[in-house]
Amino acid sequence: MALTSRHLLRLQGMPSDDIRQILDAAISFKEILNRPIKKVPTLQGKTIVNLFFENSTRTRTSFELAERRLSADVLSFAASSSSVTKGETLKDTARNIEAMKIDMVVIRHNAAGTSDFLSKVINANIINAGDGQHEHPTQGLLDMYTLREKFGKLEGLHVCIVGDVLHSRVARSNIFGLQTMGAKVSVCGPATLIPRDIDKLGVDVYHHIDDVLPKVDALNVLRIQLERQAGGFFPSLREFHRYFGVTKERLDKVDKPITILHPGPINRDVELSADVADGPHSVILEQVLNGVAIRMAVLYLLGATE
Amino acid sequence: MTEKILLQNGRLVDPTSKRDEIVDMLIVDGKIASIKSKIPASSDYKTVDLSNKIIAPGFIDIHVHLREPGYEHKETIETGTRSAAYGGFTAVCCMPNTNPAIDDESIVTFIMTQGKKAHGGIVDVFPIASVSKSREGKTLAPIAELVHAGAVGLSDDGAPVSDANLMRRALEYANMYNVPVMQHCEIPELSHGGVMNEGRVSTELGLPGIPGVAEEIMIARDLLLSEYTNSRYHVCHMSTAVSVDLVRQAKKKGIKVTCEVTPHHFTVTEEIVRTYDTNTKMNPPLRTQKDVDAIKDGLKDGTIDVIATDHAPHSLDEKEVDYIQAPFGIVGLETAIGLSITELVEKQFLTMNQLIEKFSVNPRKIIGKEIRIAEGEPANLTFIDPNIVWDVEISKFNSKSKNSPFNGRTLKGKAVGICNNGKMILY
Repeated sequence: MALTSRHLLRLQGMPSDDIRQILDAAISFKEILNRPIKKVPTLQGKTIVNLFFENSTRTRTSFELAERRLSADVLSFAASSSSVTKGETLKDTARNIEAMKIDMVVIRHNAAGTSDFLSKVINANIINAGDGQHEHPTQGLLDMYTLREKFGKLEGLHVCIVGDVLHSRVARSNIFGLQTMGAKVSVCGPATLIPRDIDKLGVDVYHHIDDVLPKVDALNVLRIQLERQAGGFFPSLREFHRYFGVTKERLDKVDKPITILHPGPINRDVELSADVADGPHSVILEQVLNGVAIRMAVLYLLGATE
Repeated sequence: MTEKILLQNGRLVDPTSKRDEIVDMLIVDGKIASIKSKIPASSDYKTVDLSNKIIAPGFIDIHVHLREPGYEHKETIETGTRSAAYGGFTAVCCMPNTNPAIDDESIVTFIMTQGKKAHGGIVDVFPIASVSKSREGKTLAPIAELVHAGAVGLSDDGAPVSDANLMRRALEYANMYNVPVMQHCEIPELSHGGVMNEGRVSTELGLPGIPGVAEEIMIARDLLLSEYTNSRYHVCHMSTAVSVDLVRQAKKKGIKVTCEVTPHHFTVTEEIVRTYDTNTKMNPPLRTQKDVDAIKDGLKDGTIDVIATDHAPHSLDEKEVDYIQAPFGIVGLETAIGLSITELVEKQFLTMNQLIEKFSVNPRKIIGKEIRIAEGEPANLTFIDPNIVWDVEISKFNSKSKNSPFNGRTLKGKAVGICNNGKMILY
């Protein structure tokens, strides 16, 4: 059992067999997470560095937990990427990692392509934990896992990604992964936050959320970065909430339940109303647990793919 | 002591005199003494066999960044002119985004002096001065003084002249001295933060895009200003199909517009950005196949006057960073002729004669540095082997910088030597 690549850089182009293998492996790891003793010796003797150039308590915690559950030696550090020398830092850091004989590197960076860059300059397995606005493959995988768990399959599902698609790596990983697995993906948001030519990826584009709700099985609601308002992408948070916010009132108009995903952290009552976030069709907390299982599966399979 | 060089069996291709024939050419002390179908060799001649090679009027690259003064770690006038010489150019025009900018006659003089010192002055260095003081886009640079010191054109290249009123005044003022305003066409508010062409590929890669309209709107505005002021206007490094058509229509209307494209914009598309190789990052960005096709058509039908490289050296450390942070630009002097022959002549978009127009005749006309190939004239020549097949090796570049996306690419055709200002280099 092995994946076709030593690295997890993106879901775009990843074979469906690889995705299926990861999702299947995660089932076993989730079972382990529900045991009283949650630790297995799978990665004993392996050293993993979590390289976070961008703040992300959730993703980092999830990876750390997954690594420790697999008995790896774990080193995490948060490096500032805001300084002007950030690129230089990345290159130097890569060389240092190489010198220290690290086995796996989990990297989060605010620039697209940085995990590709690392994979070309060092020998360790590289796991992309989010690169700029490009991809966040483990998030895409855990979203797919959560959907598959809920619906029993991914093929034929219709998932709509709502909100700031333009700046979202979660959106891209969801689109590529879900399409590979036979699901249909739509996006809905203000035209200013929908990236150019996304329709050419086979994605339907909506600007009125009420139009898409009757057609979908699940919504993946993206966090709206508060600074986008200052960036002029939309006039006000109030207007955004009013026209693109996922509310109980809106969902109640549709005669079937719609599953709600959100990568977190939620801006309550901006992109998602509190009653929906905490409601019966929300799988947001399941996503958190599944995230650890998926990351264990990825680390395990990459560790086995030498 | 008199130096006599006899070039034998070269194919003289000179669009100006409409000659295309095999000749012998005798050069005495840097001047063309004789051009005949056969000149008998003599013991006091140094002979050079140019069988199967082309003798062309000296090529010029009117869009080069020599980086001196201010950024000598990227390139100097000495290394940049060496790169030009070995790329087949007898002249370059250097852009004013130096530090300080070329906005004062002392800097024009400095650059020309350094150019004459480098390699015996074999490569003419013609400065392009800034349109605005410090290239800040606020007030006019001392245009008359700059032109009289030797500047051959005006540009704030690297940045556009954004203010429409400043652009109007620059066009009117420059026109008094018959120098072109060479615009870097970009609406900064539209390109803001972008690092590659906006479209499907930027969407897939999650990289901020620069839309084609950022260029096209500026060209459209400037064409109207050029028409209104009846002044000469030159579009730098044009990159989109719409831009080509804007210039085509403007020329039909009689607007005094000229334009240039770079070899990379007709050779590769945004698809190569998928590697996140920072040597694919340039401004304007690589566009789509549709744009590449339109540029080739524009070269063929004469809409596009000039091929220029936008030679933009950056050090390895500066480029070896993430894509967003990396500076724009690639080196171009040593691949320009090979890429152009490979993409344009071999694929029959241009004849060799037309290629020479775009590398020599037309750009020289734009900056007022025409040359002639005739007895008594200075020998200002580029020698080309149109058939040689070679692989680009960045480690062999003469430029101080190696930032090229074409490493390892197989090309057909290259320069094999130049002759200018009484000097000859054969390589």
